[in-house]
Amino acid sequence: MDTELNIERRNFLKISAALGAGLTLAFYLPASLGAATKLATSNNNTFTPNAFIRIGSDSRVTVIVKHLEMGQGVFTGLPTLIAEELDADWTQISVEAAPANAKLYKNLAWGAPQGTGQSTSMAKSFDQLRQAGATARAMLVASAAEQWGVLAEEITISKGIVEHHRSKRKASFGELVDNASKMPVPENIKLKDAKDFQYIGKSVVRKDTTEKLNGSAKYTIDMQKSGMLTALVAHPPLFGAKVKSFDASKTRSIKGVIDVMQIPTGVAVLANGFWPAKLGRDALKVEWDTSTANALGSDDILQQYKILAKTDGEAVRTEGDVGKALSGATQRLSAAFEFPYLAHAAMEPMDCVMALTETGCEMWHGEQMQTLAQINVAKSLGLKLDQVKINTLYAGGSFGRRGNPHSDYQLEAAYIVKAIAGRAPVKLVWTREDDMRAGFYRPLNYHTLEAGLDDKGNIIAWHHRIVGQSIIAGTLIEGVMLEKGHDPMSTEGANDMPYRSPNVLVDLHSPKNDVPVLWWRSVGHTHTAFSIESFIDELAAAVNKDPAEFRREQLTAEPRLLNVLNLAVEKSGWGKPMTKGRGRGIALHKSFNTYVAQVAEVTVTQDGKVKVDHITCAVDCGIAVNPEIIASQMQGGIGFGLSAALRGEITLKGGKVEQSNFHDYEPIRMNEMPHVDVHIVPSSEAPSGVGEPGVPPIAPAVCNAIFMATGKRIRSLPIRLHDLSYT
Amino acid sequence: MLTLLVNGEKRKVDVSPDTPLLWVLRDNLRLTGSKYGCGIALCGACTVHVNGEAVRSCVTPVSTITGKKITTIEGLSHNNNHPLQKAWAEVQASQCGYCQSGQIMSAAALLSKNPNPSDADIDNAMTGNICRCATYQQIRAAIHLAAKQG
Repeated sequence: MDTELNIERRNFLKISAALGAGLTLAFYLPASLGAATKLATSNNNTFTPNAFIRIGSDSRVTVIVKHLEMGQGVFTGLPTLIAEELDADWTQISVEAAPANAKLYKNLAWGAPQGTGQSTSMAKSFDQLRQAGATARAMLVASAAEQWGVLAEEITISKGIVEHHRSKRKASFGELVDNASKMPVPENIKLKDAKDFQYIGKSVVRKDTTEKLNGSAKYTIDMQKSGMLTALVAHPPLFGAKVKSFDASKTRSIKGVIDVMQIPTGVAVLANGFWPAKLGRDALKVEWDTSTANALGSDDILQQYKILAKTDGEAVRTEGDVGKALSGATQRLSAAFEFPYLAHAAMEPMDCVMALTETGCEMWHGEQMQTLAQINVAKSLGLKLDQVKINTLYAGGSFGRRGNPHSDYQLEAAYIVKAIAGRAPVKLVWTREDDMRAGFYRPLNYHTLEAGLDDKGNIIAWHHRIVGQSIIAGTLIEGVMLEKGHDPMSTEGANDMPYRSPNVLVDLHSPKNDVPVLWWRSVGHTHTAFSIESFIDELAAAVNKDPAEFRREQLTAEPRLLNVLNLAVEKSGWGKPMTKGRGRGIALHKSFNTYVAQVAEVTVTQDGKVKVDHITCAVDCGIAVNPEIIASQMQGGIGFGLSAALRGEITLKGGKVEQSNFHDYEPIRMNEMPHVDVHIVPSSEAPSGVGEPGVPPIAPAVCNAIFMATGKRIRSLPIRLHDLSYT
Repeated sequence: MLTLLVNGEKRKVDVSPDTPLLWVLRDNLRLTGSKYGCGIALCGACTVHVNGEAVRSCVTPVSTITGKKITTIEGLSHNNNHPLQKAWAEVQASQCGYCQSGQIMSAAALLSKNPNPSDADIDNAMTGNICRCATYQQIRAAIHLAAKQG
């Protein structure tokens, strides 16, 4: 049990809520509270939305979800926990996005800030929200017991109906809420045993489906506000370039264009709608000052990294003496791996609606890091943090992009509303080209690996060197997130490499440059898993062992990883003969405490075209709260990782991003999606996340399959750049 | 002033004739179910029907479709009861949901011509619609299910 949660429980306080007639519960840590403590102690009949549950007199149970729904299913998975302990009927549950309020809605994995990331939503809400549901249930029961003059122990709740069988009394939640609000908040409530779960493990239907099938779901780009203007921004062609001068005479003559102005990130065009803003931006003439801009190409950056990789980095993990072990090894192998910049390319390009209000500023957008956006926007506008109100909307994909500690596009919206002195609400919309070219990217990385094997074919030395730009250096979370000066996201997955070796060295270079970088679905694991799982395959081949068998032998300390490996092997038909040009490859990886193994089957044609036919995916994420959503996230992670593996690449030439839209940065399409079978390990362990862990194994599994099909090793991504033809 | 026939209703709009239909739908008629994804007919998020054919509204100048029947996701059915919407709900096909209007409109155009499509037919009809959440397997299953249930 988390210490945080224990403290939380001890200080579990009730906020009574009249809400006309309703019951509201809130949980918080006094240590992080100023105002909220006051609120709790005043305990008057004030409506307090800072809570997880609101039950109306109509029996509607509104679950307030503190995490961003970006497709991963939090609007379903988190309410499931409350419905379970409350014994509510799933159909009486409604879902609402929480306001930005770190005091009440902080991510328990991160301490202070509110936000969504690192696949933590389910893992860190599992106890918190079940407690919330169980507490509400106990108060409803106590309320019924008092009203009916019966023992609370004799009262049952099933599908939202509170019942006392002996006296034949029944009530809906709505009939009890007034009195329930007056009940004391119970402590030490026992949560359900797993065997009594009604919803957990049963794949309840998603709460966000209906509105996503008829166009009524509201995303940022759909927001309309009275008098609102749409803004597009001409961004500099090079990172770090500034506006020298601009000529907007043609732009201003376009019907619908309202205003044009210079802002710190470029030139903004405001118009009545997207299209005039777009035409206006196209008609702008901007001269850029590129004297301090990045003019390096991605090839130049890679060359610098290769040179850096010849020198010792900062040691992140050291065990034994790798140098000595390598010199005494029977076999020594080494390999270098190259990873390009990658764009997130969410279907909804970056956008943000912002208005200045009498009390500060209000934002409507799909935000992954509410508290950081509040801090950055407040600073920019000269406000206090709590004067920045955020309405979190559905995000049309995010993959990390809408959780930028720099709050880049949010600040751009702030620059514009400030420039027009808040005269109108502004909807900032990035075009696909902005989304592709104005940052932020998964960092380019260069890795070298060297291993020594003894005469029995066991790994006795492992040296993994990583060269890659830090994501968190220079951000406002640098202070709390750097570990002994290094960015743990650069080495995650490598510093906890799962294979047995008595001598291990993982070292890191974190060169700085001006290309803006950010976490990208599964972050460091996107490259570390590829290097490790490709290299392990090479080691297996070097000792003439089956790649699955070799992994099994070397995975002595990770039973859950071994378990998913065995499951994937069993379900995939591993070892069955394949025809010429076909191959099967395996990869496994633990990320965010979830264990995934994938077996890929590929076909490579003689002229070198790769088709990924089938994926067997085994996942252990602890208790499977919603197996359908888990399977969807595995499939989605595989599709996302496969897009990057096959052809994803953002390149810079002379500092300029070469890609611009889906023709040159093309995610996989329907005809390229392999059939994915997902097998979930039954487990009674606490749940861990599933949004990201499906991504890391797919690229190495596919490349290992390509090796079986063609005999060619792929050590740089994307696959598209390699000649895989054979005779 | 142009007159458009959208979801069975005549709608008058004051826009320049080369404005793409997508922005007329979204910004003028406030039908925001059709989405912007690329602006150059690469992703299919903006797909609507014009006289029953799936078209990319982001590259369709509004002046070219006056007098033609335009159907958007909002006009596909009442109460989400198009067979595809029912199948989509049953299969739980959507994740972030942003591309799904376009996916459903492309699939609806396919089923209206080919009530029982093969996997290859589905690939042909749906390859123009990108789903970054990669829900393709569920989309395929939903199309097959809708075909089966008619």
